[in-house]
Amino acid sequence: MAAPPVLPKLVGQRVKRREDPRLIQGRGTYVDDVALVGMQHVAFKRSDVPHGKIRSIDTKAAAAMDGVEAVYTGADIAKLLPPMPIGTPFPSPEHRAVAVDTVRFVGEAVAVVVARDRYLARDAANAIVVDIDPLPAVVDVEQAMTGKPVVIHPNFANNLAVPLVPSGTGVAEGKPADDSAIDAAFKKAEVVISQRMVNHRLAPSAIEPRGVVAHFEPGKGTMTIWSSTQNPHILRTFIAALNGLGQDQVRAIAPEVGGGFGAKINIYAEEYVCSAISKALGIPVKWNEDRTEAFVATTHGRDIIAYVDLAAKRDGTVLGLKMRLIADIGAYNMLLTAAIPTLTQMMANANYDIPAIRTTLTEVFTNKTPTDAYRGAGRPEATYFVERAMDMLARELKIDPADLRRKNFIQPNQFPFTTQVGAVYDSGDYGKALDRALKVANWEQLKKDRDAARAKGRLVGLGLSMYVEVCGLGPSAALPTGGWEHAQVTIERDGRISATTGASPHGQGNETTFAQMLADQFGVPIEHVTILHGDTAVVKQGIGTFGSRSQAVGGTVIHLAGSKVKSKMAKFAAAMMEASEEDLVFENGTIAVKGAPASAKKFADIAAYAYVPVPLPAGLEPGLSDEAFWEPANNTYPFGCHLSMIEIDRETGEPTLLKLVAVDDAGTLINPLIVEGQIHGGLAQGIGQAMIEEVVYSEDGQLLTGSFLDYALPRAIDFPRFELDATVTPTPVNPFGAKGVGEAGTLGSTPCIVSAVVDALSEFGVKHVDMMLRPEKLWRIIQQGGRS
Amino acid sequence: MAKITVTVNGKRRQADVEPRLLLAHFLREHLRLTGTHIGCDTTQCGACTVLVDGRSAKSCTIFAVQADGSDVMTIEGLATNGELHPLQKGFWEEHGLQCGFCTPGMIMTAVTLLADNPKPSEREIREGIAGNFCRCTGYQHIVNAIQHASKQSARGR
Repeated sequence: MAAPPVLPKLVGQRVKRREDPRLIQGRGTYVDDVALVGMQHVAFKRSDVPHGKIRSIDTKAAAAMDGVEAVYTGADIAKLLPPMPIGTPFPSPEHRAVAVDTVRFVGEAVAVVVARDRYLARDAANAIVVDIDPLPAVVDVEQAMTGKPVVIHPNFANNLAVPLVPSGTGVAEGKPADDSAIDAAFKKAEVVISQRMVNHRLAPSAIEPRGVVAHFEPGKGTMTIWSSTQNPHILRTFIAALNGLGQDQVRAIAPEVGGGFGAKINIYAEEYVCSAISKALGIPVKWNEDRTEAFVATTHGRDIIAYVDLAAKRDGTVLGLKMRLIADIGAYNMLLTAAIPTLTQMMANANYDIPAIRTTLTEVFTNKTPTDAYRGAGRPEATYFVERAMDMLARELKIDPADLRRKNFIQPNQFPFTTQVGAVYDSGDYGKALDRALKVANWEQLKKDRDAARAKGRLVGLGLSMYVEVCGLGPSAALPTGGWEHAQVTIERDGRISATTGASPHGQGNETTFAQMLADQFGVPIEHVTILHGDTAVVKQGIGTFGSRSQAVGGTVIHLAGSKVKSKMAKFAAAMMEASEEDLVFENGTIAVKGAPASAKKFADIAAYAYVPVPLPAGLEPGLSDEAFWEPANNTYPFGCHLSMIEIDRETGEPTLLKLVAVDDAGTLINPLIVEGQIHGGLAQGIGQAMIEEVVYSEDGQLLTGSFLDYALPRAIDFPRFELDATVTPTPVNPFGAKGVGEAGTLGSTPCIVSAVVDALSEFGVKHVDMMLRPEKLWRIIQQGGRS
Repeated sequence: MAKITVTVNGKRRQADVEPRLLLAHFLREHLRLTGTHIGCDTTQCGACTVLVDGRSAKSCTIFAVQADGSDVMTIEGLATNGELHPLQKGFWEEHGLQCGFCTPGMIMTAVTLLADNPKPSEREIREGIAGNFCRCTGYQHIVNAIQHASKQSARGR
């Protein structure tokens, strides 16, 4: 046959996304786009009281409305559903999908309506009259820990959801917490930095609010549930369990998902309720979250206070770190709520060779929306606390913040490095990332620019932050869901390739990156590869997309399943071509004997032969399809360095971000274009936290930032053009060397901005400013000459 | 109920609608044009942006009855004869989208932005899309996408 056109290798290339054609034409199908015959609409009546006893619920007017199918109170739902489970091994109070007798935060569901259309469902929900006897509400987490003025759950004294988790030196090796090493470090210290820091509460705010369509088919006894979720297989597990069904009887579909950012991991009350109602009524039902509803009903993120003490010698050598963490988890324990702050403990070691660490963690109930994962999930908090403390130390010792970091880095020859908190960092070269960032930013010139601006009376500051993050989650020992991922690769009869992945994307571009890998692996055009995901009837097994695991775990298993099929295909080809399978090369849509291009057979012809195998080669079964499960032996630990330059308006206190440089090392990159997009998005959220985003409750428990009118979601005008660069330190944990990148942007950006603001305000003797950096706060500092 | 006539993507549509029905819901649920998305309830996010009589408008803040007699274009009507609009191409070329939920509204806003100012500066682009939220991209690739379209259109003239 004539020589086929040469196909370029795609791994490592900026391949345009294969998801985009449908999305840029409005042809994607999100949950709210799903319409089924006979489908009715669900609306929730929610508490506007932060804490109280439900005295009565009057549903008569709602039930009497023409077109209202059913109305349920919490007591009615409790007959359909057991309490909601959590996904962590921590103790948890009973949590009903719809409150039965007590409400514990504004937005907790108290009743449910099913009606002909969404407007009517809302009308009917509004017509429900709920009488609630208010109880005192507690909003301040440190006050809540005293048990005053109220205990939210009877069996959790002083509102302690998790009383105390110790971690650090000794504990990681399984020994009891022994403070002698940390005490000795602080005794030796020549300087100690002590600071209380707040990593405040955020609203994840995917632009697509959540939504559910549940369709129980009584004749078959099966349930199909569409949901805007990051993990349809986990959803299937829980929906089956709570509805008394087997997992074989539930099909979960995550169609196009309009962003998740961690908040669509949790399995929510609305998912349980819609499935139970569909089962009870035998009709399909749909619920879509309003944005205002999302602010109270979708989990929040962050909200951890740290008391940080950093001990060092005057030459900048860090001797020890103490970190007492208090997490405000809101009113209930959700799927991963209790586990998130433990990741802050796990990453307390940051990028440094710290001889002794002691962290403790206390998790506390308050009358707020529960927290759970939000992009970074515990790691941005750790990075923020440690990097702000390092910046304070540099300032105290008058050492350049870059030099201080360099002095304390874990060195490249120390990897794999077991930290004082028990993490085993896989690989790293932190000095390289730092140097790269300083060079890309032209740090020395920036310092001169800053000083020149200051000489003219302007308030300009520079900030620097390192980060290391745990990604590619992970070994099953670390994940209650199981830490593996699954893939099935099929060479179809026409030679095209379909592959399923359990890594269910919501913007990450897995349809493109995984296809790049398979196209290279089989030497076929990427147009001949289709990646299927997000439907448990199609994707046999899976865990989902979170913890920056899609590429490191999901990508790896795609390749491994591909390897199995490729090996079988080589056997068919070898038989057909009377060659040895070891001598075959897959390239340019053919399979050929190495060094003998004339021997090439079309890839599609070998595929066709495998499905009509006459004669059937000895020892082979027909067909070309195989699956793989794979779990990594360890997490991955990407890292990087972020730098920023900020100017504060002396008259108004308004900060402006002038420059943001990010050097990220995510290991080997499959598609640098997609990686850039991931970093940009993470940066935007990290900067958003530092500068404009904050969930605020009133003292009596009302959410004051309950819509986009009050919660400042970053807009295009809030950012300068980000400057990106990368170093590449592959991980040994998986064959591609990819570490993960989805959350990285949120780690370094936040502390580097706060440090830049502190630098800009240095003339006022400011040592630390808590986020978010609202102009009023900075204006007061300026007005008071640093006295706060 | 009120009788309305709206031309949507070049096709005349008549319907009896509740006076309170939002244009966004009319498009999505009556006409099944689900490319117009709804991301908030306070006119901030812009995911529902369409063209009404040639100008970008947030369809969550217009009643369907107010669009009576109007010419509406949604994202589904933007490509002509299967040929992507320069903005659609720009978003694809420059990785201007991730989850894709804000994308239709972002593109329909940019249509008017470029109509008013065919060669906008980066600052003008950022200001022009300030009424549209994207939570995925950090906006940089969206800016690139609109610049890409601006250059392509200039070349096409």
